[in-house]
Amino acid sequence: MAELLQFTFSGLTVGAIYALVALGFTLIYNASDVANFAQGEFVMLGGMVTVFAMAAGLPIGFAALVAIVFVALVGLLLHRLAIEPARGASSVTLIIITIGASIFLRGMTAILLDKNFHNLPPFFGSEPFVIGGATLLPQSLVVLVGVALVLLAVWLFMSRTLLGKSLLATAANRTAAQLTGINTSAVIGMAFVISAMIGAVGGILVTPITLTYYDAGTMLALKGFAGAVLGGMGNPIGAVVGGLVLGLLEQFSAGYLSSQYKDAVAFIVILLVLFTMPQGLFGAKTVERV
Amino acid sequence: MTMIRRSLLIGAAAITAGLMTSVAYAADTVRIGSVLSITGPASFLGDPEKKTLEMYVRDLNAAGGVNGKKLELFIYDDGGDSNKARTFATRLVEEDKVDAVIAGSITGTSIAMRSVFEDAQTPYISLAGAAEIVTPVRKWVFKMPHTEPMSCGKIFEDLKKRKLTTIAMISGTDGWGKAMRAECVAMAPKEGIKVVKDEIYGAADSDMTPQLINIKNTPGVQAVINCGFGQGPAIVTRNYRQVGITVPLYQSHGVSSKSFINLAGPAANGIRLPAAALLVATQLADSDPLKKVALDYKTKFEKETGQPVSTFGGHARDALFMLIEAMKRAGSADKAKVRDEIEKTKGFIGTGGVINMSPTDHLGLDLTSFRMIEIKDGDWQLVQ
Repeated sequence: MAELLQFTFSGLTVGAIYALVALGFTLIYNASDVANFAQGEFVMLGGMVTVFAMAAGLPIGFAALVAIVFVALVGLLLHRLAIEPARGASSVTLIIITIGASIFLRGMTAILLDKNFHNLPPFFGSEPFVIGGATLLPQSLVVLVGVALVLLAVWLFMSRTLLGKSLLATAANRTAAQLTGINTSAVIGMAFVISAMIGAVGGILVTPITLTYYDAGTMLALKGFAGAVLGGMGNPIGAVVGGLVLGLLEQFSAGYLSSQYKDAVAFIVILLVLFTMPQGLFGAKTVERV
Repeated sequence: MTMIRRSLLIGAAAITAGLMTSVAYAADTVRIGSVLSITGPASFLGDPEKKTLEMYVRDLNAAGGVNGKKLELFIYDDGGDSNKARTFATRLVEEDKVDAVIAGSITGTSIAMRSVFEDAQTPYISLAGAAEIVTPVRKWVFKMPHTEPMSCGKIFEDLKKRKLTTIAMISGTDGWGKAMRAECVAMAPKEGIKVVKDEIYGAADSDMTPQLINIKNTPGVQAVINCGFGQGPAIVTRNYRQVGITVPLYQSHGVSSKSFINLAGPAANGIRLPAAALLVATQLADSDPLKKVALDYKTKFEKETGQPVSTFGGHARDALFMLIEAMKRAGSADKAKVRDEIEKTKGFIGTGGVINMSPTDHLGLDLTSFRMIEIKDGDWQLVQ
């Protein structure tokens, strides 16, 4: 029983990280039909910039703020300088542009910051809670609560503000949104900024657990993307559930089956899910009218 | 227009002049080639190696070079990619026409480059870990760092001293982790050690508690060995304390840099690992022949780069000086003569230990070159 609980805690912690990345994917995908593969780099930058701002003498709260603002700016520049100039291009071209951007961001981080692993101090100490024989780090709770808050904020923004609604409108039908007077280009730019900020917050929250370095984004983008697809690409709740399920699958197979095949097991389950429900767990059925 | 043409002409002239001087220069220099993983996941190996080579080549040239000739260093960055490493290796041989090579931060790149230098009959000293690089012995290939059988051997030696014979293992899927795991599992029965649990984690994983819980729940485990490098061992170490395992934890010399202690934090306390004496240079007995060499390198590296010393850069230093000494004995940079002299290296004192090469041993280190080290209050402590 204690094991089950431990594997669950561990899976939720890992899954929450994937969920945050998946959520970032979803927002940009909704607004622009682009799967932004630089999403992992937003997470990496959030952690790295905080580390270096702290090393420069800033207190952690302020350093985190600097990092979030900086990454938001990176998101904006990514849209303005790379995505916007190619706005007529196909989704595949745009996706390739984001892959290029992710390599660029990784390289710049390696050159301007450094290539070592870095760590942030846990926000509330490193003494684990013991619950039913299983242990849970306070930072894992911080990550889980953080994911919930980010999800809540995204939901409030989308449903309660005019800006959020213009994002939804752009997602639903870009031409129609444009006709009602929405500046869709600005809205898509906003989606990049918000996704970048979500990524940065995620990076700051998870770095005390996972450590970070300039190349940490690659793996996160892959796992986050898998989570988003599992949950149903484009559905924010689906993204979070997909990320959590992926994390749980990995840790359960590591614990109960074999640590040798844990990644394989997780991806086999995803494949099976997608065979039976290609739109993902929470995805809307898309009907193409001819 | 004329402006452009003129500047083009000047540019072309400058390039030609540059080429000519470098050709003229080349005839009387000793050319040393190097391909290292300066960027990428293994940059923590390649970066100090590069800085070390550059630092000492500069100093050697200031002191007049070797055999009256200046040294010329050709360094390329393979980013940890074996394909790139092989391309650069070919370039070193065909274009740069190097006399000797110190290359290969990691096992994969070292093995990928090996046959290029063998075909070109160029002395090649690898800076990577796995014993496989020089087993079986290859005529032109040498290697500096301690190997995974040595790491397992030294850990088993310490285990037996502490009368711990039933162990569990948790290993990364990176090249080093896999190689060392295989070696330890194979060696254990001969040493009277029983491996009762054998877990694996991915090199980029961020939580190993399920594997560690399984180890914790295995009855009879008296110690745990973690084979791996990169951030994996740091996370294993933290999770190890988190799930409350109390038996001793051993790491390999893959983590022997200060950044591991920083990343693992207080959880690193009490961990043991075999490593080169360099890490505990200041704690060595004054009578220890390694003390002066290790201390000199540590002081110099830390002063010039502002980074804490790691054993990886130390291996680059050892390789360079062993090569220079062989060239001095050979009286020239003749490839075949230098190779023979490297093989005759006896009693060479490096930061990694005392090296005694022979026709049957192109590593030249034994277990005495390793020290058992315990991490105590954020620093390395020599286990007496």
